[in-house]
Amino acid sequence: MPESAYYFIQQLLNGLTVGSTYALIAIGYSLVYGIIGMINFAHGEIYMIGSYVAFIVMAGLAMIGIDSVTLMLLGAFLVSIIITSTYGWSIERIAYRPLRGGNRLIPLISAIGMSIFLQNYVRLAQGSKDIAMPSLITGGWTIGPADGFSATLSYMQVLIFVVTFISMTALTLFISRSRMGRACRACAEDQGMTNLLGINTNGIIALTFVLGAALAAVAGVLLGMYYGVINPYIGFMAGLKAFTAAVLGGIGSIPGAVLGGLILGITEAFTAGYFSTEYKDVVAFSLLVLILLFKPTGLLGKPEVEKV
Amino acid sequence: MSQPLLEASDLNMRFGGLVAVDNVALRVHSDEIISIIGPNGAGKTTVFNCLTGFYKPTAGTIRFKGEDIAGLPGHKISRKGIVRTFQHVRLFKDMTVLENLLVAQHRHMNTSLLAGLFNTPGFRRSEAMALDKAMQWLERVNLLDMANRNAGNLAYGQQRRLEIARCMVTRPDLLMLDEPAAGLNPKETEELDNLICELRDHHKVSVLLIEHDMQLVMGISDRIYVINQGRPLASGTPESVQNHPDVIKAYLGET
Repeated sequence: MPESAYYFIQQLLNGLTVGSTYALIAIGYSLVYGIIGMINFAHGEIYMIGSYVAFIVMAGLAMIGIDSVTLMLLGAFLVSIIITSTYGWSIERIAYRPLRGGNRLIPLISAIGMSIFLQNYVRLAQGSKDIAMPSLITGGWTIGPADGFSATLSYMQVLIFVVTFISMTALTLFISRSRMGRACRACAEDQGMTNLLGINTNGIIALTFVLGAALAAVAGVLLGMYYGVINPYIGFMAGLKAFTAAVLGGIGSIPGAVLGGLILGITEAFTAGYFSTEYKDVVAFSLLVLILLFKPTGLLGKPEVEKV
Repeated sequence: MSQPLLEASDLNMRFGGLVAVDNVALRVHSDEIISIIGPNGAGKTTVFNCLTGFYKPTAGTIRFKGEDIAGLPGHKISRKGIVRTFQHVRLFKDMTVLENLLVAQHRHMNTSLLAGLFNTPGFRRSEAMALDKAMQWLERVNLLDMANRNAGNLAYGQQRRLEIARCMVTRPDLLMLDEPAAGLNPKETEELDNLICELRDHHKVSVLLIEHDMQLVMGISDRIYVINQGRPLASGTPESVQNHPDVIKAYLGET
C-alpha cells in the first residue's frame, strides 16, 4: 500500500476515536431533548466533571499504592459514573423541574446559568490550571513501512471503541427492551398521556438525565486519558461539539446522535490531516450549517408534529 | 344508596373572566354508565379535565371512593383508579400495539432496575402476567393479529378500540371516554355500544361518557347529565332528559 493509504487510515482512526466520544456526549443531549424538548446546556460540564472525578480517583488510588491498570480504570469509570449521575439528577431537580411547564426559554437560560456555575465551581475547587491525566494505557499496533508514514492504532483507541460500543449497546437495549425504557419511549411520545396511565413522568425525566450523565462520564474518563490534559473549560467545547453532533444527526434520535458524532469526528480529523488543524472547527460547523439548510431536522430526525 | 364511586359537587372552573364550568355536580355509582351531553362548548371536556387532574378546579370538591382528589397530579388520580381517553386519539404511535398495552401496566409491574437486570423469577412472572392481560384485551377488541404493528399504522376504528383496551389494562374502577364514537361508522359504533355495556356488566367498571351520538347515549346510559354553557341543565334517566323542556330548548333553540 502507498504511504498515503496509511495516512488516510490514521486520520480515519483518529476521527472515529474522537467521533465516538462526541457520540457518547451527544446521546445525553438527544435523550433529554427527546423527552422534554429542552437543550441541557450544562451537559458539557457534566462531561468535564466526569474527567475530574476520574483524575481524582486515579490519583487517590495511586496514593494508597494501588497501581493496577484494571483496578484504576474500573474505579475511575465506576465512581465517575455514580458521581456524575448524581450531578445530572440534582441539576434536573434543582434547576429545571421547578421551571417546567412555563415558557421553553426559561429552563434554557437556567441551563446556561447552571453551566457557568459548574464551570466556575470546579475552577474554584480544583484550580484553573491544566491537569495532566495519567495515561494508563500506552502502546498500540502499528502497520505500514518502517521507513515512512505508518498508521498506529493505539490500545487507548481500542479501549475507546470497545467502551463506547458497550455503552451504546447497553443503552439501546435498555431503551428498546426494558420496562423503564418502554416508559421512556412513551414519555417521549406523549408525556401527558403517560402520566394519565399512572406513570410518574417526573421520575422518567430524572432517569434520562441520569442516563445522559452516565454516558457523559464515560466520555469524560476516556477523552481525559486520550488527550492527557483536563481543565475546567473542556466542557464548553466538548459540549458544543456534541450538541452539534446531536443536531447534525437529528436531535431526539439516539442513532442520529451516534451518526452525527462519528461524522463530526471524521470531518474534523480529515480537515486537520489534509488541510489545517486551525480550520477543523470551521469545517465542522460549516457542515452543520449545510446539513441544516438542506435537511432542517438533521440526518435521522423526524419533523416535529405540533402537539395539540 | 351506597357511597358513590365518584362525586363532584359545586365544581367551578374559571379561566380569567371566563366561567367554563359553573356549579356542576355529578355522581357516578359503581357499575353505572353515565353520560354527559350538551351543545358544543358547553364545558363537558373541561369537567373531564378537572376530574382527571389536568386542571385544578377553581372551586368545588371531587371525591373518589370517599377521598378528595381535586387538584391531585394526573398520575396519582390514575393510580386511584380513574383513566380516560381524549377526543383525539392519543396512542403511542411509534410503539407497537402490544407495547402500548404493556406500558399502561407499568405501575403494576415490578420495575426495579436490579430485578430487570438479573431477570429474577418475580420479574419474569410479572412480565408474563402483563403479557397475558394484554393478549386477553387484544383478543377482546379484535386486534390480536395487529399486536406487533406500530399503533400509528392501525385504522382509525382500531386505534379507538386499542385506546379502550389500553385504559382497561390499567385496571380502573372508572373509565372516562371523551367522544369515543366520533368518526366511527355505524357498525363500529354498535360494536362500541356492546363493548361499553360489557365493561360495566363483566368487568365491574363504571363508565363516564361524553358523546354526541344520541342514539348511543340514549341506548346505553343509566343516567344522563346535560350541561349548557357551563351550567347544569338537567339530569336523570334517558327518557326524562329527552322530554325535558329546557333540554329541547337548548338543543333545538327557542321556538
